[in-house]
Amino acid sequence: MVERKIRVLVGKPGLDGHDRGAKVVAAALRDAGMEVIYTGLHQTPEQIVQAAIQEDVDVVALSILSGAHMTLFPRVLNLLREEGADHVLLTGGGIIPSEDMEKLQEMGVGQLFGPGTPTTDAVAYIREWFTKNRAGDDEG
Amino acid sequence: MEALKSSERELLKAFEAGEARALARAISWVENARPGFEGLLTALHDRVGRAHRIGITGPPGAGKSTLIYALAKVVRKDGERVGVVAVDPTSPFTGGALLGDRIRMTGTAGDDGVFIRSMASRGSQGGLATTTREVADLMDAYGFERVVVETVGVGQSELEIAEASDTTVVVLTPESGDSIQAMKAGLMEIADIFVVNKADRPEAARAAGELKTILRLRRGQVFDRVPAHHGVDLTELAKRRAAKPQATGDAGQPAEDEGPARWEIPVLLTVGHDGDGVPELVETLDAHYAWLKQTGELAKRRRERLLERVRAVVDRGLRTRVWRDGDGEALLDAARADLESGRRTPYDVAAEILKETSGR
Repeated sequence: MVERKIRVLVGKPGLDGHDRGAKVVAAALRDAGMEVIYTGLHQTPEQIVQAAIQEDVDVVALSILSGAHMTLFPRVLNLLREEGADHVLLTGGGIIPSEDMEKLQEMGVGQLFGPGTPTTDAVAYIREWFTKNRAGDDEG
Repeated sequence: MEALKSSERELLKAFEAGEARALARAISWVENARPGFEGLLTALHDRVGRAHRIGITGPPGAGKSTLIYALAKVVRKDGERVGVVAVDPTSPFTGGALLGDRIRMTGTAGDDGVFIRSMASRGSQGGLATTTREVADLMDAYGFERVVVETVGVGQSELEIAEASDTTVVVLTPESGDSIQAMKAGLMEIADIFVVNKADRPEAARAAGELKTILRLRRGQVFDRVPAHHGVDLTELAKRRAAKPQATGDAGQPAEDEGPARWEIPVLLTVGHDGDGVPELVETLDAHYAWLKQTGELAKRRRERLLERVRAVVDRGLRTRVWRDGDGEALLDAARADLESGRRTPYDVAAEILKETSGR
């Protein structure tokens, strides 16, 4: 049986225009055999969640360098829940102080990655989460 | 077909209630060939066939996604709902894919009347065309008036996908001149409508002119608009030919003299990023759809596709039977040493696998 593909949406919400990091992560996830939907810059949380629903992704990964992570992550998380997509893993990275990371994880956001993290860490984390949470749900 | 399981009944109910999430999930089932997906398609079969299916293809960078976004904005004004399937290649080395078509279409976000789904080609041996058609079926059954399938116009399966549409649009750029030569064998033959996009660039008119010349050559109107050739006046000859029933109507219209039997392939100019020429593209799409209906061509093409679909589903079923459900892989593995040492041939092993896995 063909292995089920992991689908990841890489999003860049808010106003900062630095998407090099998001692109590097997107390429790393692709090279790890995942299907990556990249939405481009300046997305609203609503746009990101709508795309996540339509694309039926397993993971939403946000890159936030603007300092607005305490607003944007909870907003996306709540919208996913409202839309009945709480099976989706919300993760991401950027310039996020560790105490904020902890608070966000308490709210239900997955692991967050700071500057300098090897992309292999993100790949390994997503794979592991997928195997634990989603791999079985296409068996009928 | 087996009775639907409860998970399938649940999905079907949500799908019929118009929940976008259910459509998205149904598409995943089809893409992943999840057990039961054919039952789902069977249950929805009666609802398929109402949408105008538009295939948009052309070389990478021609502006297909931007054009589709512009097109969606135009038809949304009339309240039409649009489903878009954007197919991008899977890397044959890693199995991964980077799907970026949404970047060009983000302006429709927040509007439930536009549903965009990115699909990776997944190197599914010949199965891509069938899967894409099934995904388009789902969008059709869901109730979109238009279903647009976008593919990169390289490779056989991509051409097959485009060909499966009611109307196939081939998008080129003013710079496509040389590539037209290279691609005309495949791309040029499937177009119902040509679009020269990025028409705000120089050379757009020339590119459109070249395309029209190629189209005339194909119709055998070699002498049209050629005033003289080696000193011989050819305009008279062209007029005489034109006086015969094969005279052409306006492009984008059925050729009148011949009745509705022939469609004159139009060449349109558009600028995707600011929407120039896009309303005309929508009009031409509508004209083609009307022509298909009026001539009975639509019904004919769809009848033919029903037979094709059966063949494709049988092919897929056989592959599943041999490789997934049957012992195909195990038999192959057992024969590996003999194959490598040359004791057995590929044909001998294949014959054994076919024999052992054939259902009776």
